[in-house]
Amino acid sequence: MKQKANPFLSIGGTISAAVTALIIMGYFWTPYDPTAMESGKFLPPSLEHLLGTDNFGRDIFSRVLQGAGTSFLIAVCVVLIGCVFGILIGSFCGYYGGAADLILTRICDSITAFPSILLALVIITVMGQGTYNIVIALGILFIPSFARIVRGEFARCRDLNYIKSARLMGVGSGRIMFTHILPNTWPVLLSAITIGFNNAILSEASMSFLGLGIQPPHASLGSMLSDSQTYLKSAPWYALGTGGAIILLILGFSLLAEGLQRTSKTV
Amino acid sequence: MMKKRILAVFLAAAALAGSLCACGGTTNQAGVSSDETTDSSGGYHANEITVGISQDLDNSLDPYVSNAAGTREVMFNVFEGLVKPDSNGDFVEAVASKVEISGDGLTYSFTLRDGVVFHNGAVCTTDDVLYSFETCAATSVYSNVVAALSAIVETTVDGNVITVTLSEPNSDFLSAVSSVYILPKGYTDHGTAPVGTGPFKYVSRSIQENLILERHDAYYGEGAKLDRVTYKIYEDSTALFNALDSGSLDLVAHLTMDQVNNLSNGYTVLEGTMNLVQAIYLNNAVAPFDNELVRQALCYAVDVDGMLNLTADGHGTKVGSSMYPAFGKYFDASVADAYPYDPDKAMQLLAEAGYPDGFSFTIKVPSNYQPHVDTTVVLAEQLKQVGINAQIQQIDWNTWLEDVYGNRNFEGTVVGFDASILSPTALLARWVSDSSKNMIGFSDAEYDAVYTQALATVDDAQQTQLFKRCLEILSERAANVYLQDLADFVAVHPQLKGFRFYPLYVIDMSTLYFE
Repeated sequence: MKQKANPFLSIGGTISAAVTALIIMGYFWTPYDPTAMESGKFLPPSLEHLLGTDNFGRDIFSRVLQGAGTSFLIAVCVVLIGCVFGILIGSFCGYYGGAADLILTRICDSITAFPSILLALVIITVMGQGTYNIVIALGILFIPSFARIVRGEFARCRDLNYIKSARLMGVGSGRIMFTHILPNTWPVLLSAITIGFNNAILSEASMSFLGLGIQPPHASLGSMLSDSQTYLKSAPWYALGTGGAIILLILGFSLLAEGLQRTSKTV
Repeated sequence: MMKKRILAVFLAAAALAGSLCACGGTTNQAGVSSDETTDSSGGYHANEITVGISQDLDNSLDPYVSNAAGTREVMFNVFEGLVKPDSNGDFVEAVASKVEISGDGLTYSFTLRDGVVFHNGAVCTTDDVLYSFETCAATSVYSNVVAALSAIVETTVDGNVITVTLSEPNSDFLSAVSSVYILPKGYTDHGTAPVGTGPFKYVSRSIQENLILERHDAYYGEGAKLDRVTYKIYEDSTALFNALDSGSLDLVAHLTMDQVNNLSNGYTVLEGTMNLVQAIYLNNAVAPFDNELVRQALCYAVDVDGMLNLTADGHGTKVGSSMYPAFGKYFDASVADAYPYDPDKAMQLLAEAGYPDGFSFTIKVPSNYQPHVDTTVVLAEQLKQVGINAQIQQIDWNTWLEDVYGNRNFEGTVVGFDASILSPTALLARWVSDSSKNMIGFSDAEYDAVYTQALATVDDAQQTQLFKRCLEILSERAANVYLQDLADFVAVHPQLKGFRFYPLYVIDMSTLYFE
């Protein structure tokens, strides 16, 4: 069967690839030192400063590269934490069921019941600020969504005939769970990961916007957006450049997620 | 589901772009309307003003119960003591018409002014004064005032002269007297309907909305020129600024440089100072700041003028020591230039101190004070040039009070200290080695000796010299990296004149008038 053209996959893939390439470049090289205050204040965008300069005369493009890198790294770690623990909890609950399933599912439900940013703020307030603490706080928040998805898939698969037959053959529970069932959850998990990745970037931006995220002078997209609002009238390029970067990052991965989901459906 | 999400992202982008366009449009409109405002106000303006303030007053307006600076700023117009501070930082006669101090500084004689009338119509008598002193000493929330009053050993009344005898001389006693607001004896409703002797009387108040004052017609002195002052409360700073920019407010104080730059209604902007000493306060008790050379190196490594240019377009006044310029008598501008910007010298000092490759330390800064955060960001970048890696940690105000101020758990912190009373001791007492407020653990035998000697000196000129010497010692020993007194901007209606900056956190409405 010839696969239908999938514009989501191609457009999303292109944007994501370009953004990822820029971010990786930003780890090694930026046009200017992101914290150096050598240029004039509030220079509008030009060839020298692609996105202009901010209220301290720092190059916004360099800071966007650094900030996007920070946000990207945090999002990857957060999704990793959410995904690993989510799979462990979800597979256990879904495969064994029973009282443990009931308790763990209710705990996950109660975490989801709180507004996520509020809960993250509470965790940050208790643990103190810092990049690692943001990753941990957001990671905890992301566990329930993964756990629920994986649990559903496991609950669906555990009574299928080939699993029953594997069990009759004496295959161990661990092997059944992670070699036989887990690969089947992959299509659903993949879109959950991409959506989760986007949410993680937005959550980090919200936390930094509220002043509880990355500490200055280190840049993150959220903290830059927060700083830029004061200068919305006098230096709109500050907010536009930063906001544009967030939009591109999210848009790329959203389209990619949509494309992957469609591909997995047609298979 | 996914389509909706993508749609949402696009909508958000469109909304962002749209809102920015809208902002551009508003700027132009505001520019046009400001011209109209100027034209129409060229004629008659009612003899009353509306003032925007950024926080509500204390629940109780009783002067001995409320303690917020914002409340004091407003109620300064309603209450008076026997003496009151003027805009130069001197104490002038108010409810008392004459003040005599004996040569040994132990006896103060206050002559009650004739014809002082309370806002409720009662005539002020010596009984009211005695009642006020007793009530203040028993209930005031200001511990330094209570402490000063507790040194009174005898109070005698002879006709309209009240004589107070102290157990020991206290150069701050007049300052304490100015905080003893004279209230009518037996009247107890000050919390909701305060009555004083000031140029304005309290009319009404609506919690979180407004507070209205009117001219006190029976005022003994020159009195207020305006008929009525309405304070409107805007707890959101953006809303306050928009109300100002649209011309519905006549006076707003404590604006930031950014707000001034965005102001488009043609109002007059006056520049004063915040009356505080901003510095990187260094914990002198922990390494490496227990080493004087390191502290001096930091002073040389910091370019205060460069920082002012970046954070406030060059506005602000360098201080150089624990004194701000509104204290004209004690402030010494030459101390402010004791450590010119010299990174080479800084690196040389660091090498001498045993840190040729620099070091790392953490600056804690309260996150709710944006000027302090901005300052810290610039300073961290400057310190990087000499190899010092300053990590910034933003903390909330309560954590700062508990952890930094209370437990002294910090290496460096950027904040501003102000003076609670109009006296140099309010700024200098805390650096005495055994002071409980000495959060940096500064310890210098000469400083302690000079400060103690200054307190015991009655002669004004000699005392001033000693306080100035205290400031020099703080500078020489590089107790802290002293930065600036921040610029404070006040926007007023173009025809409103007579605004005066005080060395205290007050706004005197009685001097304002329309041209």
